[in-house]
Amino acid sequence: MNIPILSLITFLPLAGALLLIFLPKENKNLLYGIALSLAVVVFLVSLSLYFGFDAQADGPQFVEKTGWLGFGIQYHLGIDGISLFLVLLTTLLMPIALLSSWSYIQDRIKVYLIFMLILETGIIGVFISLNMFLFYVFWEATLIPMYFLIGIWGGKRRIYATMKFVLFTMLGSLLMLVAIFVLYHLYYKATGTYSLNIFDYYQMLLDPKLQTWLFLAFALAFAIKVPMFPFHTWLPDAHVEAPTAGSVILAAVLLKMGAYGFIRFALPLFPNAVETFLPVLSVLAIIGIIYGGLMALIQKDIKSLVAYSSVSHMGLIMLALFSLNVEGATGAIYQMLNHGLSTGMLFLVVGILYERSHTRLIKDFGGLSKQMPVFSAFFLVALLSSAGLPGLNGFVGEITCFFGIFAANKTFAILSVSTVILAAAYLLWMFERVMHGPITNEKILSYKDVNKREIVYLVPIVVLMFWMGLYPQPFLRKIEPSVARAIAGIKSATKVFVQKPESVPAKFKIPEGSAGIR
Amino acid sequence: MTDVFWLIPFAPALSSVVLVLFGSKLSKKWVSLQACGAVFLSFVFALVAFLGSLKISPDNFPIVKTLFPWIGAGSFQAGFSFQFDPLSAVMVLVVTGVGFLIHLYSVGYMAHDTGYTRYFAYLNLFTFAMLILVLASNMVLMFVGWEGVGLCSYLLIGFWFEKPSAAAAGKKAFIVNRIGDMGFILGLLFIFVAIGSSEFSAINKAIGQGLFPQALATLIAILLFVGATGKSAQVPLYVWLPDAMEGPTPVSALIHAATMVTAGVYMVARLNLLFTFSGTAADIVALVGALTAVFAATMALTQNDIKRVLAYSTISQLGYMFIGCGVGAYAAGVFHLYTHAFFKSLLFLSAGSVIHALSGQQDMRKMGGLRKYLPRTFPPFLIGAIAISGIPFLSGFFSKDAILTEAFAQGRYFVWALGLAGAVMTAFYMFRLIFLTFYGEERIEPEAKHHLHESPKVMTVPLAILAVFSIIAGYIGLPAVLGEKADLFKRFLEPVIKPPAEGHIGAGTEWLLMLVSVAVAAVGISVAYLFYLKNPRIPHALVARLPWLYKLLYNKYFVDEIYGAVIVNPLVKGSDWVYGHFDLKVIDGALDGSAAAAGFFGKALSVLQTGFVKDYALVFLLGAVIFIGVLLF
Repeated sequence: MNIPILSLITFLPLAGALLLIFLPKENKNLLYGIALSLAVVVFLVSLSLYFGFDAQADGPQFVEKTGWLGFGIQYHLGIDGISLFLVLLTTLLMPIALLSSWSYIQDRIKVYLIFMLILETGIIGVFISLNMFLFYVFWEATLIPMYFLIGIWGGKRRIYATMKFVLFTMLGSLLMLVAIFVLYHLYYKATGTYSLNIFDYYQMLLDPKLQTWLFLAFALAFAIKVPMFPFHTWLPDAHVEAPTAGSVILAAVLLKMGAYGFIRFALPLFPNAVETFLPVLSVLAIIGIIYGGLMALIQKDIKSLVAYSSVSHMGLIMLALFSLNVEGATGAIYQMLNHGLSTGMLFLVVGILYERSHTRLIKDFGGLSKQMPVFSAFFLVALLSSAGLPGLNGFVGEITCFFGIFAANKTFAILSVSTVILAAAYLLWMFERVMHGPITNEKILSYKDVNKREIVYLVPIVVLMFWMGLYPQPFLRKIEPSVARAIAGIKSATKVFVQKPESVPAKFKIPEGSAGIR
Repeated sequence: MTDVFWLIPFAPALSSVVLVLFGSKLSKKWVSLQACGAVFLSFVFALVAFLGSLKISPDNFPIVKTLFPWIGAGSFQAGFSFQFDPLSAVMVLVVTGVGFLIHLYSVGYMAHDTGYTRYFAYLNLFTFAMLILVLASNMVLMFVGWEGVGLCSYLLIGFWFEKPSAAAAGKKAFIVNRIGDMGFILGLLFIFVAIGSSEFSAINKAIGQGLFPQALATLIAILLFVGATGKSAQVPLYVWLPDAMEGPTPVSALIHAATMVTAGVYMVARLNLLFTFSGTAADIVALVGALTAVFAATMALTQNDIKRVLAYSTISQLGYMFIGCGVGAYAAGVFHLYTHAFFKSLLFLSAGSVIHALSGQQDMRKMGGLRKYLPRTFPPFLIGAIAISGIPFLSGFFSKDAILTEAFAQGRYFVWALGLAGAVMTAFYMFRLIFLTFYGEERIEPEAKHHLHESPKVMTVPLAILAVFSIIAGYIGLPAVLGEKADLFKRFLEPVIKPPAEGHIGAGTEWLLMLVSVAVAAVGISVAYLFYLKNPRIPHALVARLPWLYKLLYNKYFVDEIYGAVIVNPLVKGSDWVYGHFDLKVIDGALDGSAAAAGFFGKALSVLQTGFVKDYALVFLLGAVIFIGVLLF
């Protein structure tokens, strides 16, 4: 019998959360011990996905599929080269996030850990679901723990931030829900069977007009999540208020759900609409790159600066994805992982500072490098990774993205390359004001350098940054074939529609106002 | 023998990693030994590879060694691979040879600094990155070195980061370089998309086969040259280099004189076929180089900080190297790069010895008459000054003259004239520096005078060695009048750099040009003598006569201020305005407004205290119910 690895890594955290309910809330060591060791076990188990994954094989792998539960709902899991690494990123960062919470979270530890574990289940579920119903349930399920994490353990304006976060996200996902209904209905009308299987939907050929509406519904949900300009304003608020671990997971993994949604659903399902809206989306992505960078430049709060840098970085990822070529999309996926590591680590670093100073305002610091030299080194590596310094992971992703964008549209590429200047400017200027210069704030003299626990959770990220920057082949080799297939799927579907209606073969004819089967 | 070339970069890398991870546990002695030893090992490898390459027939270059496939996505492929040919040989010898001497010197110069280990970790890392830059066989890997040296430059300029000016200078250097890097990246992308590779051999082949339309070649070459103006501090991106003098003086010698700043020249020489093919791009290179050579020299005339004079001098000399490349005399450009590495690092290290002797004093107004106190620093300093001024029989004369002669021979009289104007100023400001520092009345502050001491041997021995090379390095590139085969350097580089086809001038003209160069240098030195030794009132009278000119030069044409007012300030202020008015008001305002209009936001807010989540859970449940409801029908 094969071990259902995907189910195992998805539901082990949930099982852990259930277990924690029955444990005494005073025993911090026990609670953390269980949550942490579980998260580590999940990570180790998920590693087997990497080794067992066959890059050349077509279709999803590690598939788990039950019979129909009725009405097309099916327990259907599987991964390809795209979701593989997003799952690994999640399982890697969860124990790190938990470890970073040890001294940060002081009250209601038990509830906190329960929410973190539920969050992990939700996120992994999103990346591995191949059934639309399942996907939607997991998608929404990530919202609830995140809501509590910010709402309970957040900063002063946490209520406002959570409201904004939930309102934005819900607006998008409700529209997506409606769109899923329509797809479901159309599929039934065309074939007479119920299905929510994403591969069945890939076969569907929709009326271009209808596609437009459905695409917009999906795209909005995902664009808010990414977030793309102009739907980004919830992000800085959510980040500033969220506890460190919340910010780490939010930036590193939750945002990737949006980009993932585009490549898995929005782009392949509605090829015509994609053709129409790609220029608009690309322009929004470019605005996001430059706008995010300029806004990051003038932020006074370090977390909000990193949040805006995320808007800029995610803009580049989306633009590369929208170039719809293998290089751009592979770069985008790789850059998602890089962004997860670099931004995740930046938030960890800011969290370490906050625990010592209880402030995140740039003006409260200065001269920290003298007081905390080891910390300074970690901070610098995270920052350089984020700025795309060659030799570190960010560069490999960035240059591959640039190449893909350039091959698709030179003007877009020229505009997007400006990010190398902007990123250096806002990051180094912040670093100068926080870490360099004389120590002016006396309190800084009492700050301690990073402790062993902090080093333990930062080192794996640093190692990965160097590894992915110097020897990215083990990653790219597994990502690229899946991306190539996904892009080919989107492109071939687009081609059918590029032809004039009379030249479309009969079997591709679209029934007026309904769905056809490809 | 040459096969060992791929090992050249790794000893400093390893040493740097060890210093970063275990530096706190190592003794100072061990740190010095390891850091210098690693670079010396690289030098030995470089020497072995070079000697081996002498026996290799020109057609077999470059020798390529691919260590492993690096980036690969679709048609975007780049290997972690090195190449070796005569041009790389020159570069690795300069980097490891001069680099080793500067490491050695640093042992003395940095002896009392608390950041001793950190310093050598950075310096080793720099050496590694620089070697990657000159050995990379493709432009993507070259960019790793290109940015790597930039990072080390940032770290070392800001080495004394508690000093706000040092921290700011480091940041400025990195960001200004990034502006150039944008050009580099775009040039790289244009090349890659056009020919499907960024290997230098593939680029050269493609040019041979005519795969680049001329307009495209020009565009690419100009974009890459933008990158070069950043790294090699040319107009308009030179502004970071004078500020870079905030770093320790040996760093200024190694990074901001001998090696890193020549990376742009190296790149242009490496892609000489592209620049020559474009024609227009080469003309721009020559023009920018000539303008920079003069412009920077004028700024050097009035500076009082001994290191700043040398910094502007470096910018100016880099301009000469670009003149050489631009007029087609790439070999002469590289030749000047090579001689400059000796005499300019000599000048910086001697200046460092002076600063060291005066307990950190850099202002020449507080020096004077030092030659009797610094008997082992003064002669090398003087040799460096003579070499850079273009006095015959020292290295600088041969290389600068090769450039100017070629500019004249190619009919680029304007460029030649600018170069000559720069030369007279060079001789002037160098001897102004010598006279102010070592001659005349003593203006040393009492406290500094009390501690005044000559530097230790570990510092003065490298000075002596560099002084010897500043004298003899030029003899491998003698002028053509002395025989067809006199220019060994040019012939050595021929597998990489084809000499310009036309534009030969007669022996008589060449002798005359040489005479003009020497005369110009003599004039510069004489004026400096007149101004600063014979009759020191003249400069004061001149300042009183032309106060605006002095102010303009002394304040470096206010370029930093103009950049600040025209670019930096509007960007920051504008972003601030947009943030307040657009992000916070328009977008969020629309959200808050529409939510309020829908009566949702206010209500949700009010129920939040009692538990908004219950509401949310309700909505979620409702959604699920509707979902299942629809499924049923």
